[in-house]
Amino acid sequence: MNDYEMMVDAYKEAGGDDIFSDSEVAHVVLERDKILGMHAVEGLEVEAEKVEVNKVKVKVTVRDGYQIKNPVHMCFGVLPKEGKQIIDMNVEIQKNAQVEVRADCVFPNAVKVEHIMDAVINIGEGGSYIYKEHHFHGDSGGVEVIARSDINVEAHGKLVTKFDLLKGRVGKIDFDYEAEIAEHGTVEMLARISGQKDDLVKIREAAHLNGESARGVLDSKIALKDQAEAEIYNELTADAAGAMGHVDCTEIIKDQAVARAIPIVDVRHPEAKVTHEAAIGSVDSTQLQTLMARGLDEEEASEVIIQGLLND
Amino acid sequence: MSKLLEVKDLHLKIEDAVILKGMEFSLEKGEVFALIGPNGCGKSTLAYSLMGINNYHPQQGEMIFKGEKINELAINERAKKGITLAWQEPARYQGVTVREFLSLGLKSKGEEVAEEKLKSALNKVAINPYQYLDRYVDKSLSGGERKRIELASLILMHPELIILDEPDSGVDVVALNNIAEMINYFKESGSGILLITHSEEMLKYADRAALICEGEIIRQGDPSDISEYFKSFCGPCVKEEECETEVAS
Repeated sequence: MNDYEMMVDAYKEAGGDDIFSDSEVAHVVLERDKILGMHAVEGLEVEAEKVEVNKVKVKVTVRDGYQIKNPVHMCFGVLPKEGKQIIDMNVEIQKNAQVEVRADCVFPNAVKVEHIMDAVINIGEGGSYIYKEHHFHGDSGGVEVIARSDINVEAHGKLVTKFDLLKGRVGKIDFDYEAEIAEHGTVEMLARISGQKDDLVKIREAAHLNGESARGVLDSKIALKDQAEAEIYNELTADAAGAMGHVDCTEIIKDQAVARAIPIVDVRHPEAKVTHEAAIGSVDSTQLQTLMARGLDEEEASEVIIQGLLND
Repeated sequence: MSKLLEVKDLHLKIEDAVILKGMEFSLEKGEVFALIGPNGCGKSTLAYSLMGINNYHPQQGEMIFKGEKINELAINERAKKGITLAWQEPARYQGVTVREFLSLGLKSKGEEVAEEKLKSALNKVAINPYQYLDRYVDKSLSGGERKRIELASLILMHPELIILDEPDSGVDVVALNNIAEMINYFKESGSGILLITHSEEMLKYADRAALICEGEIIRQGDPSDISEYFKSFCGPCVKEEECETEVAS
């Protein structure tokens, strides 16, 4: 089996769809610095180039007014037990263009793997970029993910990011996303993570609602058990009339897990409004006991509640 | 009819507060036994004790289900034996669909989760399965919808003993009628029902009733007699002397 087939297999095992032979679906497949597959469709350009050892530069452009019908699939990963992958990503969504991307990052055999993503994302006026990132790290906890995104959403533009890591170990995750939102632009950043053993989760999501009537939602839901730890910094600022946003962080902890939530809400215009909610605690006892009264044991009942929270 | 549940000399104290003082009653298969009483008299505490809820473990007395003492059993062990509780305010679950919620009771009994069973249970409580199966059991449901979904989950579990804690609270007339129909349905299916209520309307569906006052059953008998007694002597509870006289006699 060659590297491409192994990556596609790992991708499918992680829940990805078998789309790589579909000519109407754009895709990129990268294993460390190897560009294993790349396909574009009309209105969408994909360029990938190895720039140094373990580092690949990827540029995705959706041209003016194009609405890409099928989600673009990006499959990144490291197959061996040890390795490093650095991706320098540049995304440009031009005026009134729309695209949805499903990115699957797979490290099925990882014992000591580093995955570093540096992204610059520009969403032009009226453009829309929906980015769903799904990780599968295997069971060893030997993955370290460092992701930085610098995002600019122009007037009437839309950005949605959804990150999930719900099966297997996290290892170590360190995210830092920062978005500037112009008038009537919207941003939604959602994170769903389940951590265990000595997993470490650090997320910073910041959105600045700079333009009139800009909207933003930052929503993190984290479940931790064993000795896992999480620190979630959600920062939402609003400096224009009609700008509105909400920050929501829910963390469920069990065993010796530790969770911290630091919401920062900064409003600098009397007609702007930002709200926040943060809840950290164990599984709610009424929810738990209701399910136990249906015959589930405590562990099964907790799992239903936690999976529900993470699927929400 | 054989005894489904026997409660003998049940005492429960939480911190320094004595909540149940020698509670004693029994319930038979296919019987609806109503417990009424003022707020804070111990009705819900009794329900939680019977279900085995944390912090509601009696210090004295026996709870016997089908001849077996259940005092030491965990909640899920009692559920597996055929006891369940429908809370006054049913819990809500983010991200759990009605389909998943209804399936849980079936799965825990090792029964097949067939779509038709779920639909049939929802139809019985006047909930359209096509509109609700994929909805979340969360805050988006009204109080009445949530209670009816709770009843649908009980239908699928077909428990032998159902403890209904104020099923009529916070629901509209349509839901109320539906709850009443379900009480009859469970009764006809042979389940015993312990009905905790404030409502005279609900008492109509009971075979027997008991009045609880300050953690004790002070009167048991025909539901209409108990209801009359409750209205006459317990209303705002300003007639303590008369009540004491009546109870003493």
